[in-house]
Amino acid sequence: MLTIKLAMRNILGAGLKTWLNVAVLSIAFVTIIYTQGIYLGMNEQASTALVKVYYGGGQYWQKDYDPYDSFSLEESHAPLTPELETFVQQDQATPILCALATAFQGSRIIPVQLKGIPPDQKILDLPTAALNDETEMIPALIGTRMAKSAQLNVGDLLTIRWRDVHGVYDAADVKIVHIMRTTVSTIDASVLWLPLQQMQKMYDLQDEATLAVLTQTVQPVAVTADWRFVPPEELLADIKEMVQQKTIAASIMYVLLLFLGLIAVFDTQVLAVFRRRREIGTLIALGMTRARVIKIFTLEGILNGLLALLVGALWGAPLIWMFARSGMAMPDFVDNMGIAIGERIYPVYGAGLILGTSILVMISVAIVSFMPTRSISHLSPTDALKGKHR
Amino acid sequence: MENQHFVKVRNVTKQYSMAEGQTLVALDDVNLTIARGEFAGVVGPSGSGKTTLLNLIGSLDQPSTGSIKVMGQHLESLNAKASAEFRNKHVGFIFQTYNLLTIYSVFENVELPLLLLGYSAAQRREAVMEALEWVGLADRAKSKPGQLSGGQNQRVAIARAIIKKPQLVLADEPTANLDTKNSNHILDIMAKINRELGVTFLFSTHDDKVISYLRRKITLHDGRVTTDEVIDAHH
Repeated sequence: MLTIKLAMRNILGAGLKTWLNVAVLSIAFVTIIYTQGIYLGMNEQASTALVKVYYGGGQYWQKDYDPYDSFSLEESHAPLTPELETFVQQDQATPILCALATAFQGSRIIPVQLKGIPPDQKILDLPTAALNDETEMIPALIGTRMAKSAQLNVGDLLTIRWRDVHGVYDAADVKIVHIMRTTVSTIDASVLWLPLQQMQKMYDLQDEATLAVLTQTVQPVAVTADWRFVPPEELLADIKEMVQQKTIAASIMYVLLLFLGLIAVFDTQVLAVFRRRREIGTLIALGMTRARVIKIFTLEGILNGLLALLVGALWGAPLIWMFARSGMAMPDFVDNMGIAIGERIYPVYGAGLILGTSILVMISVAIVSFMPTRSISHLSPTDALKGKHR
Repeated sequence: MENQHFVKVRNVTKQYSMAEGQTLVALDDVNLTIARGEFAGVVGPSGSGKTTLLNLIGSLDQPSTGSIKVMGQHLESLNAKASAEFRNKHVGFIFQTYNLLTIYSVFENVELPLLLLGYSAAQRREAVMEALEWVGLADRAKSKPGQLSGGQNQRVAIARAIIKKPQLVLADEPTANLDTKNSNHILDIMAKINRELGVTFLFSTHDDKVISYLRRKITLHDGRVTTDEVIDAHH
């Protein structure tokens, strides 16, 4: 208690020097939480959006399906297993057929991916009901990115050419019946959503699909070797990795900031041990052991960290609360980063992040506070009283 | 017997290793006995070993050879913790440069030894004000050392040294930075404390003003006791 009391008295007595250290450390502390919160928010928003519009509660993939290999689409289709068929009939899963095609828009040729989906499905949060178009044309649903890049509007016709399962080329006009707004670029850019049955006819793949998306409330079951279940965690692994990469890049900034804060504390401690030798000698003469003096000096550094957390909380908490509530506008280029985030990102500041960052800051501060004070253990009190350090 | 041998220094030598393998002998076979309640001084020119002797008696340093017994305790056998406890409980120090903690107020400086002894806040407050009354600075309790004169700072240091009512006060050149008026003032205070509280004072000095107050003068020269005389002080 006495050690804490004296350390507290010393750092408050040091005035401006203390507050400068506290200011730098608190900036580092708040910045770490602020940036980490943005990436956590990014991860959460992207994951939620992907789950809602495409991943659902996991997907069954036809065994040859590889989302990173477009050419695999030619082979990756099969009839649904009886178990999957049951899921579909009970509105617990929706099949999707994926295939490659070429779109002709004016004089432009655009490689596209066709995705066939039942218009009445309720599993994914997609406006597929728009595909219940009664006209003779094949209805197509696209996203804003596709509409922008191909300069398409609702009602426009687009000629598409495809090669069916027998290797025969065919072509037809599709009519854009709806343009959806989505944050998930993978279901939007160069993608045309068509009614599943019509697409099965086009490719002569009756009752076949590439994948089946499960609803989030159903438990997956074992199926034949032609299909494999991919859980949401695996589907989201790429997003998590991407966010993690971005987090690592951002961490360079806060490591630098934290480093500056720690240098300030370290510098203060080194100077303190050097300039306060007479004080150290006096404390020893008054009856303190060297170990206790080391404790006081180390604690002074640690209290700098604690004060920084307190001050950081005072000015940082309202700031990050405001960001978490109102979100931050994202610039246009973020749309091309491959992460499903909206026009605004809402940072997530959880207890784990705040506690973890606080512990990180405190451990770092404790280490740099202790290191310079070790020299006190070699300090002769008689030399210290004279202001000497042998 | 205990009162007669309050401080007992036997065949004490203190050597310091210097550069290039040389050795500096600060104290050379010193023998000395100080009785309880004495107002004694170790005098001699600079480098004669006065401060070294006081540091050894105050358990701030260990002799190279010989033994020092203070209040029945062999100081050379104390470990760091016991040595700190000995200083904390029994010895008050007064330094030439006051050695006050500049960021602390007068009150906090004087209070420090009692904090280490674990006194309660009320006990500390009462004792600090009493000690400051002794040195005539009760009205400056909230001041910082930087706001006081040299003489006032040394009076604060005296208050800090006597607050725990130690049996021994070691004063190392306490008047070296003070003018005659301030020197006499603080010497009067110390003589009064010695007289009325029975605290033993041992000075290290070459200041004639201090010497004129001493009742016993031990002269050191090149680390050896050359004379040890009881003198009549004018106080």
